[in-house]
Amino acid sequence: MKIIVLLEPSGNSIKRSSLESITAARALGATSIHGFMYGGDANSAQIAGEYGLSDIAHTPATEYSSTAAATSLAQFAKSESASAIIVAANAAGKEIAPRVAVKLEAGYIPDCVGLALVNGLIQGTRPVYAGKARIAVSATTAMSVYALRPNVFTARKAENATSVNVRTFTPQLSESDTRVKVTNVIRNEGKLDVLEADIIVSGGRGLKGPENFHLVENLADKLSAAVGASRAVVDAGWRPHGEQVGQTGKTVSPNMYVACGISGAVQHLAGMSSSKVIVAINKDKEAPIFKVADYGIVGDVFDVLPVLSQKIGAVTGK
Amino acid sequence: MNIIVCVSQVPDTTTKIAVGADGKTIEKNGVKFILNPYDEYAIEEGLQLREKFGGTVTALTVGNDSSKDILRTALAMGADKAVLISDSGNSDTFGIAHSIAEYAKTVVPDLIILGRQSIDYDSFAMASMVGELLSLPSISMVSSWTINGSSITAERDIEGGKEVIEASLPCVISAQKGLNNPRYPKLPDIMKAKSKPIDAVTGASVPARVTTVSMELPQTQRRGIILNDSEHDITELVRLLHEDAKVI
Ligand SMILES: Cc1cc2nc3c(=O)[nH]c(=O)nc-3n(C[C@H](O)[C@H](O)[C@H](O)COP(=O)(O)OP(=O)(O)OC[C@H]3O[C@@H](n4cnc5c(N)ncnc54)[C@H](O)[C@@H]3O)c2cc1C
Repeated sequence: MKIIVLLEPSGNSIKRSSLESITAARALGATSIHGFMYGGDANSAQIAGEYGLSDIAHTPATEYSSTAAATSLAQFAKSESASAIIVAANAAGKEIAPRVAVKLEAGYIPDCVGLALVNGLIQGTRPVYAGKARIAVSATTAMSVYALRPNVFTARKAENATSVNVRTFTPQLSESDTRVKVTNVIRNEGKLDVLEADIIVSGGRGLKGPENFHLVENLADKLSAAVGASRAVVDAGWRPHGEQVGQTGKTVSPNMYVACGISGAVQHLAGMSSSKVIVAINKDKEAPIFKVADYGIVGDVFDVLPVLSQKIGAVTGK
Repeated sequence: MNIIVCVSQVPDTTTKIAVGADGKTIEKNGVKFILNPYDEYAIEEGLQLREKFGGTVTALTVGNDSSKDILRTALAMGADKAVLISDSGNSDTFGIAHSIAEYAKTVVPDLIILGRQSIDYDSFAMASMVGELLSLPSISMVSSWTINGSSITAERDIEGGKEVIEASLPCVISAQKGLNNPRYPKLPDIMKAKSKPIDAVTGASVPARVTTVSMELPQTQRRGIILNDSEHDITELVRLLHEDAKVI
């Protein structure tokens, strides 16, 4: 089984979600794994060697176009006669993967939280109905494409690091491949995004007003965490839209998710229930958030958060 | 401007989900079905563009007789036309995208608008698949945009910020919450929509490319350690996070 992994450049390295994809491909027992990178600096992919990837194809690009990236990846996978392609289910991956699947007449399995080899077929497990159910899905086609939910699969280094050979792959692009392109990227200055954070501290309506969110921000600082929010407080204009976690917001899987004054409505859970450790602080012991919590404190956020921040600060030294 | 808005019928998010007799899909009995919430943004966007540029808005769904309800909602909101593409019920995402694309080929729209995801299977795949099948550009999860002649400038959320994207019409886009404020249909319009025609089209059925092996309700394997708000308990929480869970 030959697997192609999409490697996404990030600064002078590649995204952690790409390393997770490589690890997942190894875990499936692939006979060979090849990386594919579109745009960015090919040298930034050297780190892939530590994860056991030795062969990387790179298509240089001065502008980013999702359609050109999809065409390039599909052509590379075809030239390699690969049987599976793995990408991260992030903003870029979710646009590229369905196109690649259509081009290759391949089955597409999005948002996987598990991958397993069952009777020689790759089976993806994925949450559906806002996480209220899970399905195991496999492709009926010779080739298949998987998008993995970021931060659910752990990136593990290979026992033996290998040296990386980068070769250039030149795709055949047509005019229709470049009719959509990214002309600018606006970074959220100085603020950690919930999609990139290892720890998220989120606040809900229990905070009573925007003026009290310093309690949440303060705990987030001590944990080097991103601040998240429930839809109720985003709709009320207390917090920016980019912080919203949940079905209408962002889907996150941090190492720790701390929900402060959040009831745990199913739409909120849809966005955070795959977090590794969930902590809830809520004054109502019947709040549904406690049903998914690893640790909970039944108490008033106004009393608990200052004490908790101070004690956590003593551990983290912040 | 000739606009197609694709809508889908999904279980209300608050419904309880049970696994059906086939072990692969949900038990549909007793489930309340609604218009996919994101599709309201898609319909509204279509209507606003029609108000600005003229043209027609066609609401389209791939489904069965029960899907007529959501088409009537779209008509009540102001869509000019409704189309129901019949489906075997066994189609996967690709099969539905294929039916939408085949219909779109017969009307050659300037724009196809979808909701960013349907809240049943949350696949986020439809805009890209339809775009690919029609060789059109697509932009998913658009949070704001402008159309100038045939050029489009759109913004969408990415990890850590926003991307500004340029594309050209014809195009497929999927709508993010915040793109607009969907209107509520008025009672007289709801009444009128009841007697409006719905065009029936037979879908081109293609073999499914993925198959569900099994469905189950997730078991939570959470620790479930619930403490009090005493200083002692808060200290214990910090110890547990540090020593047991090792997250700090
Ligand atoms: C289609 C659809 C999509 C949706 N998408 C999302 C989404 O993406 N994200 C999302 O979050 N929601 C979403 N929702 C909304 C969701 O249903 C809830 O309304 C929302 O999550 C509630 O936010 P909350 O928990 O902050 O507020 P509430 O439900 O009002 O909960 C507040 C909680 O704070 C507790 N509390 C109050 N005071 C204190 C105090 N002093 N100390 C401690 N605890 C206190 C209360 O006990 C309560 O549990 C969606 C809804 C729909 C219909």
